[in-house]
Amino acid sequence: MFYRENGQFKSTYASDQQMLPILQDRAFMLGLLVLAIGAAPFVVSDYVFLSLLIPFLILALAAIGLNLLVGYCGQISIGHAAFMAVGAYAAYNLALRIPQLNFLVVLVLSGLIAAAVGILFGVPSLRIKGLYLAVATLAAQFFMDWLFARVKWFTNYSSSGSVSTAPIEMFGWTVDTPAEKYLFLLGVLIVLTLVAKNLVRSHIGREWMAMRDMDVAAEVIGIRPVYAKLTAFAVSAFYCGIAGALWGFVHLGAWEPLAFNLTVSLNLLFMIIIGGMGSLLGSFFGAAFIVALPIILDQVPLWLGVPISTAMASHLASMIFGALIVFFLVVEPHGLARLWAIGKEKLRLWPFPH
Amino acid sequence: MKQGAKYAVLAASFAVAAAFGSTAALAQAKKAEAPAAKGGGEQFFPVLSYRTGAYAPNGIPFANGYVDYLKLINARDGGINGVKVVFEECETGYATDKGVECYERLKGKGSTGATAFHPLSTGITFAVTDKSFADKIPIITTGYGRADSVDGTVFGWNFPLGGTYWDAADMLVQHVGKKEGGLDKLKGKKIALVYHDSPYGKEPIALLQERARMHGYELLLLPVTHPGVEQKATWLQIRQQRPDYVFLWGWGVMNSTAIKEAVATGYPREKMYGVWWSGAEPDVTPAGDGAKGYSSLVFFAPAGQGQVHKDMIKYVYDKGQGAGKKEEVGEVLYNRGMAAAMVTVEAVRKAQVKYGKKPLKGEEVRWGLENLSIDDAAIKKLGFTGFMTPVSTSCVNHAGEAQATIHSWDGKKWNVQPGVYHADNSIIKPMIRSSAEKYAAEKKLTKRDCAKEAG
Repeated sequence: MFYRENGQFKSTYASDQQMLPILQDRAFMLGLLVLAIGAAPFVVSDYVFLSLLIPFLILALAAIGLNLLVGYCGQISIGHAAFMAVGAYAAYNLALRIPQLNFLVVLVLSGLIAAAVGILFGVPSLRIKGLYLAVATLAAQFFMDWLFARVKWFTNYSSSGSVSTAPIEMFGWTVDTPAEKYLFLLGVLIVLTLVAKNLVRSHIGREWMAMRDMDVAAEVIGIRPVYAKLTAFAVSAFYCGIAGALWGFVHLGAWEPLAFNLTVSLNLLFMIIIGGMGSLLGSFFGAAFIVALPIILDQVPLWLGVPISTAMASHLASMIFGALIVFFLVVEPHGLARLWAIGKEKLRLWPFPH
Repeated sequence: MKQGAKYAVLAASFAVAAAFGSTAALAQAKKAEAPAAKGGGEQFFPVLSYRTGAYAPNGIPFANGYVDYLKLINARDGGINGVKVVFEECETGYATDKGVECYERLKGKGSTGATAFHPLSTGITFAVTDKSFADKIPIITTGYGRADSVDGTVFGWNFPLGGTYWDAADMLVQHVGKKEGGLDKLKGKKIALVYHDSPYGKEPIALLQERARMHGYELLLLPVTHPGVEQKATWLQIRQQRPDYVFLWGWGVMNSTAIKEAVATGYPREKMYGVWWSGAEPDVTPAGDGAKGYSSLVFFAPAGQGQVHKDMIKYVYDKGQGAGKKEEVGEVLYNRGMAAAMVTVEAVRKAQVKYGKKPLKGEEVRWGLENLSIDDAAIKKLGFTGFMTPVSTSCVNHAGEAQATIHSWDGKKWNVQPGVYHADNSIIKPMIRSSAEKYAAEKKLTKRDCAKEAG
């Protein structure tokens, strides 16, 4: 009843090609943005900002990056935390060695450095496919772990191998309160999501999807696999590099190589599998699921006033978390984004389903 | 169609405004009820603990000692000068991100916010140090954390009470030097450092290298990756290189695994020395008889029981309030947890002298921590004789003088060896200064002026 597109005629190319063709979607998105930008900074507590929203925004960005590669181009990677690490250490070194640089410049440069490394580690994808490629991307993970733990220059000869960042400054604005950090991240995320959305709708995205669906057929119709695969790796690593730099500078403030270990890579992969492969919306759902659920589950006994030990609560949380992952994958193997789409489909017919 | 879009925008903005209004009202209501709930006037102690994961064998006794002492303060003394102590635990699993989340969760709780944090992990210490400047909550790291955080002018909120890893490494070198008959005899010797590959394990390297330059011994660095159950390659290298001494810088299951591997490779346990985090009951008991002869540093409190333990049994365990088992009261890490709680409580007590007998903010507790003077008489009064070394701090020196002894495992219990070690400040002080300066430059910090604050 409320959600139907009857009567919304598209009379220009522009209106046909817009990102959200349905009026209700546009209104919803607008409302969400107003809520996120205008209202959230005033009503949300610092704890929610620092523990839920900030990690969510950054990991959503990383998940978009991985989704571009895995979901859109069909190249599996289980080493994407390595590109986050590249971004983080690149940003650290740039900010340290060239202190005059604006943080936005640092961010873009560290993304570009990560993209270069991404292309390098994407080269094997030209020869190997599927699960074999996944194993090859592990090399990126282990190599970067080793590099940042052993080569002292990257950590500025810190005695413990841990680095800590300078405050974030740009155009005379110091991003230090939780609300400011949140707004800054939201801005970066919105811009990069728009870029990603338009990339996947453009010829590049279509090439990626053609490679994903059948590489031989794609080659026959004139898509160059080298170009398609390596651009996917580059863009994906660029996003993860920026996410890594933000994770280090905005979220952690001080980190050690362990902050970007294999667990993070796997978490990113879980995010896009649970959220939905080949869907930008799915990256958001997946990031929210992986970030928020453990924290919420951990605190449920406390809210209910059940006196159980912290060890018991944390064991229970892991068990329920695991069970929920299995549950959602059984209910909808295509992820939460697909559930969302089904929900919209149902809403369109409501209240008179066939 | 244009018209339709306009209406939709209008409708959406109305909806947003309504939602905004209602959430704002909710927040208002929350704020209004908060002071009523906070009226209790209690001192809130956040507890970051790990009772799960690879580090749980060591995390549990420390956490038990810590919370049991807080319970004892309430049960025996009725709080700190009448101000009741409340605490809440948060499970970090020794993971930095989880620890930061716990820190954010607990920092604002209680009537005046968190008293002080014991992160109980060097990684978490590094991450929360960064936040302490804005939150104004002291970070107490008893025998761990950043070595350079001794410098209170740069690290305004860190208190590495009891000693740092540079102190510990220095003491171990002094000990093996003494064993060889003089530090100059170390020339040409080979010392292997088997360390946890994390900030914790890497922290002592700088000092051991400095000492190696002075005395001419060769330093072998053998990292062990988290969680430390896979050490075959490390001990193969030890078998090949045959170092004269092995320093063990492990935590959790890594310690017991290392001792078991030493048994398997036939490396004499008498030549193995652990840092003070590698010398507790859970580290040696899994290796059985093989652990006999292994030694480690011990600071603050060795294993055993004294007056305070009697009180603990009487007021806490006999009432069924204990966090652990009664027989575990008096273990190395239990005692260390108790000592960590004790210095925090004493800091609050000290700060109460200046700010009054009421729940204190983290910023006020810092004054107490900077003016701690726990001498032998005070230790006796607290029932800690034999389980605590004197601590006195200042605005400039946040650690006090580090002192430690060596204890050895005889198969059944830990025996403290004669000889007390003090770190050589002529070596460590300049290192602290340069490292702290570097940190201040990186973070663009302005240093505190202690002379001005005192006046």
